[in-house]
Amino acid sequence: MAGRRGRGARPQSIAAAWRQYAAISPFFLVFVGFNLIPVFFTLYLAFQRWDGLGDMTFVGLDQFKFLVHDPVFWQSVRNTIVIWVLSTFPMLFVSLVIATMLNAGIRFSSFYRVAYFLPNVTSLVAIALFFFAVFSSQSGIVNATLHLLHLPEVGWLSNSFAIKVVIALLMSWQWTGYNAIIYLAGLQAIPTQLYEAARIDGAGPVQIFFNITIPLLRPIILFTLIVSTVTGLQSFTEPQVLFGSTAATNPNSGGPGQAGLTMMLYFYHQAFDNNDYGYAAAIVWALFLLILLFVVINWRLVTRGERKERAR
Amino acid sequence: MTKYKIGRLGIHAALLVGVLVSFFPFYWMVVMATNTTQDIYRYPPKLTFGSHLGDNISRLLDNIDFFGSMLNTAFVAVTVTVMVLFVDSLAAFTFAKYRFPGRNVLFGLVLAMYMLPTQLAILPQFIIVSDLGLAGTLRALLIPPLANAFGIFWMRQYVIGAVPDELIEAAKIDGAGFFRTYWQIALPAIRPGLAFLGIYTFVAAWNDYIWPLIVLVDPEHITLQLALAQLNTAHGTDFSMVMAGALLAIVPLLLIFVLFARNFIADATKGAVRE
Repeated sequence: MAGRRGRGARPQSIAAAWRQYAAISPFFLVFVGFNLIPVFFTLYLAFQRWDGLGDMTFVGLDQFKFLVHDPVFWQSVRNTIVIWVLSTFPMLFVSLVIATMLNAGIRFSSFYRVAYFLPNVTSLVAIALFFFAVFSSQSGIVNATLHLLHLPEVGWLSNSFAIKVVIALLMSWQWTGYNAIIYLAGLQAIPTQLYEAARIDGAGPVQIFFNITIPLLRPIILFTLIVSTVTGLQSFTEPQVLFGSTAATNPNSGGPGQAGLTMMLYFYHQAFDNNDYGYAAAIVWALFLLILLFVVINWRLVTRGERKERAR
Repeated sequence: MTKYKIGRLGIHAALLVGVLVSFFPFYWMVVMATNTTQDIYRYPPKLTFGSHLGDNISRLLDNIDFFGSMLNTAFVAVTVTVMVLFVDSLAAFTFAKYRFPGRNVLFGLVLAMYMLPTQLAILPQFIIVSDLGLAGTLRALLIPPLANAFGIFWMRQYVIGAVPDELIEAAKIDGAGFFRTYWQIALPAIRPGLAFLGIYTFVAAWNDYIWPLIVLVDPEHITLQLALAQLNTAHGTDFSMVMAGALLAIVPLLLIFVLFARNFIADATKGAVRE
């Protein structure tokens, strides 16, 4: 790596490189002040009791002890994971199907790409308001359609499981096209000779898909899984906007039965409704550890298949 | 040959179903925003565009300072975008093309932070902004986006591909200094990359919700997204008015996106597919 890149500029002394340090300093000043130090300060806060105004009190592991015995925290963990599972796996499957179809060399593919990507740049608040409007009450368009089909109406924004389905649908609507476009780019990078060779060997489309496409797409699948994990487990705006108007007392409770209370929303509630900074810091670190755990699991799962194939 | 054609048609049919799902919310938003709430929520509901858009918008403007908040959002999004483009491209150019003591350690730090969830820093960010006396002001929205590690990471990759070492070498022989090389050689060469990062940053700033929600404690200075959410909290049953607001809020973004879509989508996938 060091060979070609930056050939013209050999390692220099710190003083001689002042221009380079000056060039990266605007970024690093903000980076250190608003990113690096805050991350560690959050960790520090998790060992304190503080309301943001008075004095901080060191409480050791008390916040984490409280955390593991807090039923609302565990509910937020369950909600977050259920919503993530409901959105991620169906979404990534549909994305892969869409990408495969787009890769079939059909016409109008740039139109399709724009159409599928559009939801991803749409304001999350606006689309959450839209979901609120179509899923709310019996006369919203979704229940009206169910009625038309002689199906029972669903309390989309009151039933505990339906709430999670609505949030998952919202996330899927926004991210399916994005993931499909990513997969498409991965598919286009697979050499066509591989497909031809397999076809000559008598492989059918399904065999080709599972024995060539999926294995070669593995790094891209891992990438989309990790992006979905990191963004999905941090979901906040969806439940905050959907249930901001329905709860009379606490707008950040995650709706009826707190069924839409995600970890991020619980963090926000503890930090900015209750001014319980120490506890909020403990929650957000727990969220980080959960994300890390899920990323490692994803990574192990995806690369395990690869190791198996190599062993074969 | 016919079997082939039928297969093609089948693919188009399936893809068009997906397009309909993608477009339905926009279509239905327009239907809601152009009719009265009563017409939409009767059974069977009205499915076509109506003539009440003007009424709904004027009710919207009576209830919130819509264009004021949109102006705030536009100011923040434009300022953040310009600053991010300058700061990130300069730092990325330096990381990509120059060697200096500590370069790898510093870039490793950026990469490590890129992996961390941004929300891990948000509570201390609020404390810092409050201590600086910026809570409640739009200025509080301008600083944290500059620390975006994604921009540096993506831009560095782009510079490596777009600015050949020979070009920098030649500039050096011609007597151009470091900053002139950046300004006159690197910047023109990475213009398409700047377009991508610019749109990406602008869209993110325009749509940001949690950070403004936390810091904009003064109801006089709020962004568009906050105004929309507050509108829903206060008038959640006047769906036609709320949807008129939602529609007006996403139109500028959709225009920008459709204008630049083709290059933007291609660039958005580069980060994922590269090696």
